[in-house]
Amino acid sequence: MDMIFDGIKQAFFLLFTMDREVMGITLLSLKISGIATFFSMLLGISLGMSVALSRFPGRNLVVSLINTSMGLPPVVVGLFVTIFLWRNGPLGFLEILYTPTAIIIAQTIIAAPIVTGITLSAIQHLPVNLRLQILSLGATRLQMVWILAKEAKLPLLTAVMAGFGGIISEVGASIMVGGNIKGYSRVLTTATVMETGRGNFDIAIALGIILLLLSFTINAILTHIQQGERMR
Amino acid sequence: MRKHACGMRRFKGIGSITAIVCVGAIILGILPAVAAQLQQKNIILATTTSTQDSGLLDVLIPIFEKKTGYFVKTIAVGSGQAMVMGQKGEADVLLVHSPDAEKRFMAEGSGINRMLVMHNDFIVVRHSLDPAGIKGIKSSAAAFKRISDSGALFMSRGDNSGTDAKEKSIWKAAGINPDRQKWYQQTGLGMGQTLNVSAEKKAYTLIDRGTYLALQKNLGFSVRSVLSVMVEGDAMLLNTYHVLEVNPARWQKVNASGAKAFASFMVSRQAQEIIKNFGKARYGSPLFFPDVRNK
Repeated sequence: MDMIFDGIKQAFFLLFTMDREVMGITLLSLKISGIATFFSMLLGISLGMSVALSRFPGRNLVVSLINTSMGLPPVVVGLFVTIFLWRNGPLGFLEILYTPTAIIIAQTIIAAPIVTGITLSAIQHLPVNLRLQILSLGATRLQMVWILAKEAKLPLLTAVMAGFGGIISEVGASIMVGGNIKGYSRVLTTATVMETGRGNFDIAIALGIILLLLSFTINAILTHIQQGERMR
Repeated sequence: MRKHACGMRRFKGIGSITAIVCVGAIILGILPAVAAQLQQKNIILATTTSTQDSGLLDVLIPIFEKKTGYFVKTIAVGSGQAMVMGQKGEADVLLVHSPDAEKRFMAEGSGINRMLVMHNDFIVVRHSLDPAGIKGIKSSAAAFKRISDSGALFMSRGDNSGTDAKEKSIWKAAGINPDRQKWYQQTGLGMGQTLNVSAEKKAYTLIDRGTYLALQKNLGFSVRSVLSVMVEGDAMLLNTYHVLEVNPARWQKVNASGAKAFASFMVSRQAQEIIKNFGKARYGSPLFFPDVRNK
């Protein structure tokens, strides 16, 4: 019990004193997962809308593939990204293994299907007649897509939240492709694993609490926007 | 994912947006990579978990970086995995403690310039009770034999690390094959985590003294009182750390000059002095003993 209490005390101590290392780790986590969420949002929303609005042979297969990839295990993604990024691997010339860039790539691969899947179902749940109506009013296809996206704004925001939540808390891929390098690619989750291994449970608990607070704050902001939209 | 999205070009309108996003993502992804490529300042150091879990590298590496301008990427894995990374040319320099495997590594031409850096010793620890009655036994093999006879739980790393290799050689010396025995469990985790598991499950385990001392202090209330040293001082329990450079003749992409600089630093007077004093103040005794006699 003492340990848990100490951990909580330590967390607030680290937070309030703005401990430089912890702040660095926290900001890096935010930055990496933020950028990865941004890319997965661009990829996921455009891909999700493409699939939702088109009919082509093998579409059902594509949809099942997307739905399956929503649950891609991060360690598996980490393993494959590592193999591809090895110096002597297919993408080795990029020399980005054990960098924050590598973590962004892995996290994008994890989050993009989540965003894609939710986008897909959100757009499909819009009334079919809406599309016809928009087109009949003389909108171009691109304008129609834009209006539909605005119409599905709330579920799309959910998609982004789910994607971000999935990767900020992910550890398997980050440790494999990032290497948990101090002051460089060490994020909240990988630091928590390491401090646990070192027996620094109080710091590990502190990092865990910071991660929770961070996740909660971001989600609270997004929920506020989401619920605010609903009220209008 | 990207490749797939790029293939969607035929869906007009939306397709072109997708294409732009793809190109943008790829450019944004590659730019930092190109920038990173310009500077051959990165050194990948593959090392054992004990050097990281004990905190030694956190002290040494900033000094090395400041002195030379290199940037060290420390990848803390078991010695076995570190050597596999070296064999594939995925690391530049290794700091490991698995002498037999290191000799094989050198013999097959994967490494150059193997140098002794420091040592400490392995110990067998357990919850204060000693059901196998091994406390004070000098021979580690005899102690392992008793553990096996008594069927008391033993927690193994099971990850091809240096500690794991040492443990296997002791089982071999004792003439016992512990695999698949009920009392023998493998964690597959690092040294620190394996010690935690052993403490919780009241199991015997083999650990390097550096990690034990560091964790004993950190775990404080839980471990100090319950985990005590059972076997120590056997010649077989010597734990030596060597630094090895990955053979640049075999792998073009290896940062040979960086590896050389790091290896030279580890055996330099400055680093040896730091190793000698590391942990003295905090843990009451040094965690590692430097082995280089500098003139």
